[in-house]
Amino acid sequence: MHNTKTGPLTFGSARINAGLQHAVKKHRSEIIAEISASGMKGRGGAGFPTGVKWNLAAAAKDEHKYVVCNADEGEPGTFKDRVILTEYADLVFEGMSIAALAIGAKHGIIYLRGEYSYLRPLLEAILQRRRNEGLLGENILSREGFTFDIEIRMGSGAYVCGEETALIESLEGHRGEPRNRPPYPVDTGYLGHPTVVNNVETLAWVACILAKGAHWFKSIGTDKSTGLKLFSVSGDCEHPGVYEFPMGISVADLLKEVGGEDAKAVQIGGASGHCVPASEFARTIAYEDIPTGGSIIVFGPDRDMVDVSRNFLEFFVEESCGQCTPCRVGSAKLLEGVEKLSKGACSMQYLRELRGLGETMQLASKCGLGQSAPNAFLSIVAHFKDELMGRIAAAPGEKE
Amino acid sequence: MFQTQQDKLNQDIQRWGDEFGRTRSALIPILQEIQAKYFHVSEHAMQVVANMLDIHPVEVYGVVSFYSFLDHRPKGKFIIRLCRTLSCAMQNKDRVARQLENDLGISFGETTPDGRFTLEWANCIGMCDQGPAMLVNDHVFTRVTPDKVHDILDGCRRAFGVFATEKRQEYLV
Ligand code: SF4
Ligand code: FES
Repeated sequence: MHNTKTGPLTFGSARINAGLQHAVKKHRSEIIAEISASGMKGRGGAGFPTGVKWNLAAAAKDEHKYVVCNADEGEPGTFKDRVILTEYADLVFEGMSIAALAIGAKHGIIYLRGEYSYLRPLLEAILQRRRNEGLLGENILSREGFTFDIEIRMGSGAYVCGEETALIESLEGHRGEPRNRPPYPVDTGYLGHPTVVNNVETLAWVACILAKGAHWFKSIGTDKSTGLKLFSVSGDCEHPGVYEFPMGISVADLLKEVGGEDAKAVQIGGASGHCVPASEFARTIAYEDIPTGGSIIVFGPDRDMVDVSRNFLEFFVEESCGQCTPCRVGSAKLLEGVEKLSKGACSMQYLRELRGLGETMQLASKCGLGQSAPNAFLSIVAHFKDELMGRIAAAPGEKE
Repeated sequence: MFQTQQDKLNQDIQRWGDEFGRTRSALIPILQEIQAKYFHVSEHAMQVVANMLDIHPVEVYGVVSFYSFLDHRPKGKFIIRLCRTLSCAMQNKDRVARQLENDLGISFGETTPDGRFTLEWANCIGMCDQGPAMLVNDHVFTRVTPDKVHDILDGCRRAFGVFATEKRQEYLV
């Protein structure tokens, strides 16, 4: 097993369990206030403020509440959660325990993607050690009534289960089809009980924030995007791997760090993210500019952007849960279009129609998967028209 | 299936019911155990599970057909899943794919006639910085080259002794 880690991965050099030790001395509302003050937003990509989420779940009245760690990392180009779980699993479990204390949950579930089942024995062993050390179980760290334990549940190879309502469906033994929202999981989640679903990285940072204080986290990054963020970098660059950078780093600076200065474009946010051309490398990676779950795929000068777009659309055709029409049919139609494009058999009119279809999918799809499926295609059409137009003009002889 | 083998399956399912509980939330963990031990979830198995959890067999089938790691058709003892997503595609996964097909004599989506190997595509398996990447059952292989394919398959084949029918993969480290 290789765990390439190119940039320094420090997690603010937080001491393991320091955060939990601070948390047990605090009132529930103080914990949530600390997280809110830090400005922490969900690291899975959607960027929902973690404090707000916890507050909603804490306010819900129910004897049974759940904390779920979303370890269904499946966005193409993302592997930071794998590295976190291999090297810093304690921080993640600690973050879950802090969340449980804050919202009043007794049960924790980590939903680990099936592709990572080789991590399971390691995680089981760490959980067992934490039980032995009194960090899980009853009256944790002598805090009266703080009872919490964590179980591991495995995914079964479905990208859409990374969507939190689909993940809950899957936990309940159903097909992983996203639900309509509202109701939100904080209110009606696993088995109908209030449930907080947080990303692996979010939970690790939570532990660090409790350990080092909200002001430490807030002093890093930008006003609207605080703290550090992990990035999974792959593609045409010299040093692919996992990096830790402050939020608000520019694309150009990031490329310099990873040895990808000659890139002509970068895909930020995986298949569901956006393709950023070189002319926009001064833009920053932050919730207010380019938001991302941390997937960075670098495209060198010779990459064929139509191939890129085709690969992503194949992915969505495969992973669409099929529940709603814009996504199920739309993805297949877009893929058909891209195949035509790559053969140089696509008219300008048809290209316009494809663009319209993509925009409809963004609006009319039920969940994030369908809403973001056309993103990469649309940004490639917007920024690399030259490549597309060139083909349209150059390859009339290749029409089927 | 021989009667005895069916009995064994029934017993196993009851045992997993004891372990995970006889509720709907236990469905997927139980199916995952069946898949791991029997290399597929047969119609018979679906029926037994449905009875045990008191749900309609169609519900069970719906779940089995939804998840790519569950299958009602028998799969090979070794399931090879090569990542076909962009970062691996950019690192020449096509050549590895061709070599796998050549060495196994099957195409993607197929199982060898002796029931040993199934060849499948995977979507991103979280090894994008070290592609092309593939899984063989629970084991991950990175930076796979066409050259390495032969050694990996050979490693798997060595797991099959004359009478070996159980899954054995300890050597695959
Ligand atoms: S948008 Fe796609 S994945 Fe989401 S519910 Fe609709 S069909 Fe399923
Ligand atoms: S793209 Fe192949 S492992 Fe991520």
